[in-house]
Amino acid sequence: MTLTVTDLSITRGGVPVLEGLSFQLLPGKALILRGPNGIGKTTLLRTLAGLQPPLEGKIEGAEDQIAYASHSDGLKPTLSVTENLTFWAAVFGTYDIQPALDAFELNELADRHAGNLSAGQKRRLGLARMLVTGRPIWMLDEPTVSLDRNAVQMFADAVRTHLGQGGSALIATHIDLGLDGEVLDVGPNKAKPKPIDDFDGGFL
Amino acid sequence: MIALLLRDLKLAFRAGGGFGLGLAFFLIVTVMVPFAVGPQSSLLSTIAPGVLWLGALLACLLSLDRLLALDWEDGSLDLLATAPLPLEAVVTVKALAHWLTTGLPLVLAAPFLGVLLNLPMPGFFWLVISLLIGTPAMSVIGTFGAALTVGLKRGGLLLSLLVLPLYVPTLIFGAEVARRGATGMEVQTPLLMLAGITAATIALLPFASAAVLRINLR
Repeated sequence: MTLTVTDLSITRGGVPVLEGLSFQLLPGKALILRGPNGIGKTTLLRTLAGLQPPLEGKIEGAEDQIAYASHSDGLKPTLSVTENLTFWAAVFGTYDIQPALDAFELNELADRHAGNLSAGQKRRLGLARMLVTGRPIWMLDEPTVSLDRNAVQMFADAVRTHLGQGGSALIATHIDLGLDGEVLDVGPNKAKPKPIDDFDGGFL
Repeated sequence: MIALLLRDLKLAFRAGGGFGLGLAFFLIVTVMVPFAVGPQSSLLSTIAPGVLWLGALLACLLSLDRLLALDWEDGSLDLLATAPLPLEAVVTVKALAHWLTTGLPLVLAAPFLGVLLNLPMPGFFWLVISLLIGTPAMSVIGTFGAALTVGLKRGGLLLSLLVLPLYVPTLIFGAEVARRGATGMEVQTPLLMLAGITAATIALLPFASAAVLRINLR
């Protein structure tokens, strides 16, 4: 369940964006991915999730372990909240969606069509999908977009619970979630993990 | 896999799902033909098998651009690609769902529309049989075309141009079965060719569709 990345180079649209990236993601740990827009955070997550091949380098321990959440939530507007979640649960072979509904306070919305939800509610449903995958490594791409303060807390709690159960998470985000983990700053020429203590969370 | 099939069927029947689009198109084409070519029943019964086959083929084409594009737009295709389901299974299930919501209704509607075109009596049986064997190939080939054009804006036109030539063998042999059946001739040769084409596309094209989808998702 440890994800090990060695000397990874990735491309977006044929142009190399990140080169020589190495890090390790241990069970129970979160790794916060930071960097300016366009530096390749999304491309890195897509590469690790197996959606595109790396240019060079090795990814170990990712096979069938990763649950990936992209910018879009993969929701069907004409299906209800329950139907959307039940579908993804069935795809991943888990069948209990109640904990996911509880964690993101979706019980009251359970019978609403996803198309009628607000942007933040859709995002919560998209994040609840991570819980029904049952996969240990979460890859989240800007998970807190359009979430309010309360929902961000919900999400941080869900990640903390996940880490507590021995899972791990790689999160590309620009805000401080108060998680136990390191920051992987992929700005130009600094693709090395540094401890979260160095990070100034004051700009939140 | 069953969950994906059920979801696609559910989506097709919900508001805006597009179920009935192909069927309505098929109905319109066949109803319009007698107005266009005149009401002589002998002429209509000669062209009936070909018109019904062409109508069914174009009706199939109509719903193809939604087949994968909707899943691509809302991000579910990315998520499905990272799910435990192999992409080959995903495209097969998608093709099956397309056939159940588009192909099968066309097969069932064809005999009734055959009456409108004065299709000769022995032709009904062979029309249904040939459509039943031919339409799965159209869904599978269409899924391949949809996989090729997924992610392209306004990919529908390109999709039609790519898929129509691939439909030609199915159309030739399918319409031939129906035509020979209607005139009481031997149908074995075109029927076997039609079945062979369908079997080959079902066996091979899901792998090709999954491969191009993987490239398109990058």
